[in-house]
Amino acid sequence: MPKKHAPIEPLSAVNHNEAPKPLVSEDADKRSTIGLEYMTYEQLEEFGQELDEVRQRVLNDIGQADANYIRRVIKVQRSFEVLGRVGLFFPFFWPVFLLGLAFLALSKIIENMEIGHNVMHGQYDWMNDPMVDGKRYEWDIVAPAEDWKRSHNYVHHTYTNIHGMDRDIGYDLFRVDEGQPWYPRHRFNLPIAFMLMLVFEWGVMHHGVERSDYLSGKISKAEFEAQKKRAWRKIRRQVFKDYLLFPALAVPLIPLTSWWVPLAVLGGNVVANVIRNVWSFNVIFCGHFPADVQTFTEEEAQNETRGQWYLRQLLGSANISGTRLFHLMTGNLSHQIEHHIFPDIPARRYPEVAKDVRRLVEKYGLPYNTGRLSKQVLSVAQQLAVFAKKPADPYQCGNSPESKALREAQQAAAAHADVPVPERSAS
Amino acid sequence: MLTVNHVRARVVEVVRETAHATTVLLRPNGAWRGFVPGQHVQFGVEVDGTRKIRCFSVSSSRTRRDGLFAVSVKAHPDGYVSQFLHNELRPKTLVYLSQAEGDFVLPDPVPDFLLLISGGSGITPLMSMLRTFRDTGHSGRVVFLHYARSRADEMFTDELDQIASSGPSTRVLRVYTREPAAGAELVGRFDAGHLEYLGIDPARTPTYVCGPAGLIATVNDLYDKLGATEQLRTEYFKVPAIDLDAADATGTLTFEKSATVVDNSGATILEQAETAGLTPEFGCRMGVCNTCAIRKNHGAVRHVVSGEVSANTDETIKICVNVPVGDVNVAL
Ligand SMILES: Cc1cc2nc3c(=O)[nH]c(=O)nc-3n(C[C@H](O)[C@H](O)[C@H](O)COP(=O)(O)OP(=O)(O)OC[C@H]3O[C@@H](n4cnc5c(N)ncnc54)[C@H](O)[C@@H]3O)c2cc1C
Ligand code: FES
Repeated sequence: MPKKHAPIEPLSAVNHNEAPKPLVSEDADKRSTIGLEYMTYEQLEEFGQELDEVRQRVLNDIGQADANYIRRVIKVQRSFEVLGRVGLFFPFFWPVFLLGLAFLALSKIIENMEIGHNVMHGQYDWMNDPMVDGKRYEWDIVAPAEDWKRSHNYVHHTYTNIHGMDRDIGYDLFRVDEGQPWYPRHRFNLPIAFMLMLVFEWGVMHHGVERSDYLSGKISKAEFEAQKKRAWRKIRRQVFKDYLLFPALAVPLIPLTSWWVPLAVLGGNVVANVIRNVWSFNVIFCGHFPADVQTFTEEEAQNETRGQWYLRQLLGSANISGTRLFHLMTGNLSHQIEHHIFPDIPARRYPEVAKDVRRLVEKYGLPYNTGRLSKQVLSVAQQLAVFAKKPADPYQCGNSPESKALREAQQAAAAHADVPVPERSAS
Repeated sequence: MLTVNHVRARVVEVVRETAHATTVLLRPNGAWRGFVPGQHVQFGVEVDGTRKIRCFSVSSSRTRRDGLFAVSVKAHPDGYVSQFLHNELRPKTLVYLSQAEGDFVLPDPVPDFLLLISGGSGITPLMSMLRTFRDTGHSGRVVFLHYARSRADEMFTDELDQIASSGPSTRVLRVYTREPAAGAELVGRFDAGHLEYLGIDPARTPTYVCGPAGLIATVNDLYDKLGATEQLRTEYFKVPAIDLDAADATGTLTFEKSATVVDNSGATILEQAETAGLTPEFGCRMGVCNTCAIRKNHGAVRHVVSGEVSANTDETIKICVNVPVGDVNVAL
């Protein structure tokens, strides 16, 4: 193999001030306070460099094995899909039908998680193969790739767990963290979560249409309309494929079998989508909502260094332990922490990255949130239940007179910038 | 499916031409629309999981009935793809191609008198022309003047010998610059004397030149001096030249789609694009979200954090964390 060229002197991670744009404070001298309870600034810098080294080591090693892996996964997924589609045409012979259902659900899970999610992060862009090009890939779910990539790859992965910036904290629906204001609808945290679980793909689609960002003026009307248009186009495509085309293909079977066969095919598609929804909901909720996952304020994160950015990802995510097959089924999002540290490295490398992350966690005495699926799911459910309760502190209730007064005072202060911004008076 | 209109080919045979050069014979799929001698293809081959894309000129005759065609590759001393093709490529490998492209081609009808000049691996497009002349019984006069370091270093030696002795209309003259043949008619590098010796008047001779930058420059200067530039067509195998030690930002940054060229300021490509008034898509601006990823057509870029340099033709890069090293062309 031809030799690699020796890299030139890299720029220091902090010289290249990489705090993502809205996190750069007007006060250039201000330092972000993230991680100071664990490390000094020097250690944070060192921590960042150590992770940069891990990253480069893994990148240098990436090659044929990774390319073969993703192609193999794609092949397996496609054969599962074919088996699934064929199996669903045999509702009059239920073992085959059930097997078909299982294969279709599995195929959708693998496509969404290990293939779609990861490819769209650009994890396989280095292959230079259009089949796995992050910019072109469109996945088998009602959320259009383009809008999902914006809200996920950009907003969520950059501003991870920063209140008011990361819309994935509770998805604007749930209260999962102390720092979120409580509203009466949060009483229904658990039942709403249960319902969302069943229709998760629709939730993801809806999340990509940034209504609140449009109403608050963060995105333009044209952009909002375009998001809606893309969503409708994708919905039509998915509904046509799963709920019209495949059931219709079963219509010629009616004379040979029975009138209800297309309906069974339709039902099979619905159930397969629901199984996928339940699975991905659980994996994803376990990634950020178990107890002890930390959240941050914009204030704290401003001007953060690369090391602090990495640390925020670590503190803001949680892993699920399990077997290799389990990790594959989660698209390796069971390694949520490693995924958040290096979102664009092929996910099959996360177990390897995890060894280094744990080494650094030991070294600096950091928390590392992990546990079995059952433990993490339970923890998420508990969180949803705990934060559903109305807090005693009126300032934690979004619609209490105290909060309203505070908001008004803050708005007034913002209008007259010379008056100091009032802080909440009780805690 | 994505593959429908894409040109693919299977490697049929890999033939060593010299110690440093190899010919790759290819069987293209139905999407291939053929080539005109002198044209090149963008040749993509997977090396260690990555599809690497390089340009290679077609070297075979246009008249092959089996539909096969060939490219010939000189192994660049520290070249990634050319070394791979020379040392490791095996028959049956799948390669990803573009359609044949380039306008280094002969006019139709072919002029009665033609001068072809090449140096080193620059022989490949001209070899395709010569072979096609031979196979179509072209009757016009052709003079082929080729410069190689030595006979051992020359590609297609036997075939050139044959063509040289095939008839009076084609004259093949080779100059071995390092190890001149005994009693050679011409020696040394190209100069005006060589054309005089051949009795060629540049102003009246359509001339095709392909080879190293130095050769092309010398021919160009001469034709310029003689007011014969109109007769001259050149093809240059541009290989990235990267000066990693350059202290200052050098070269130009070309935004292909918006037809904008700026002097490389040393800032990230995203920043330079914005300074030039373009509005590329971006998100994090720190290399995380992949929103800014675009195609780099050619040139070398350096990652601002890791310092890694990447010089591949036709690859995807994140423009928020890459700075150009020398000339770079991106699809923006
Ligand atoms: C129109 C056209 C037609 C061509 N036709 C032919 C042909 O018929 N036959 C032929 O042999 N060639 C041809 N070429 C040249 C060919 O496309 C390649 O450029 C050549 O083979 C070298 O490719 P490579 O991958 O081997 O070298 P590369 O790996 O691209 O290296 C080229 C140079 O860049 C340097 N470099 C690369 N990467 C780095 C890095 N990361 N850091 C520092 N330095 C780096 C290398 O040291 C080397 O000096 C043609 C080119 C063009 C434009
Ligand atoms: S803007 Fe996010 S990777 Fe470049």
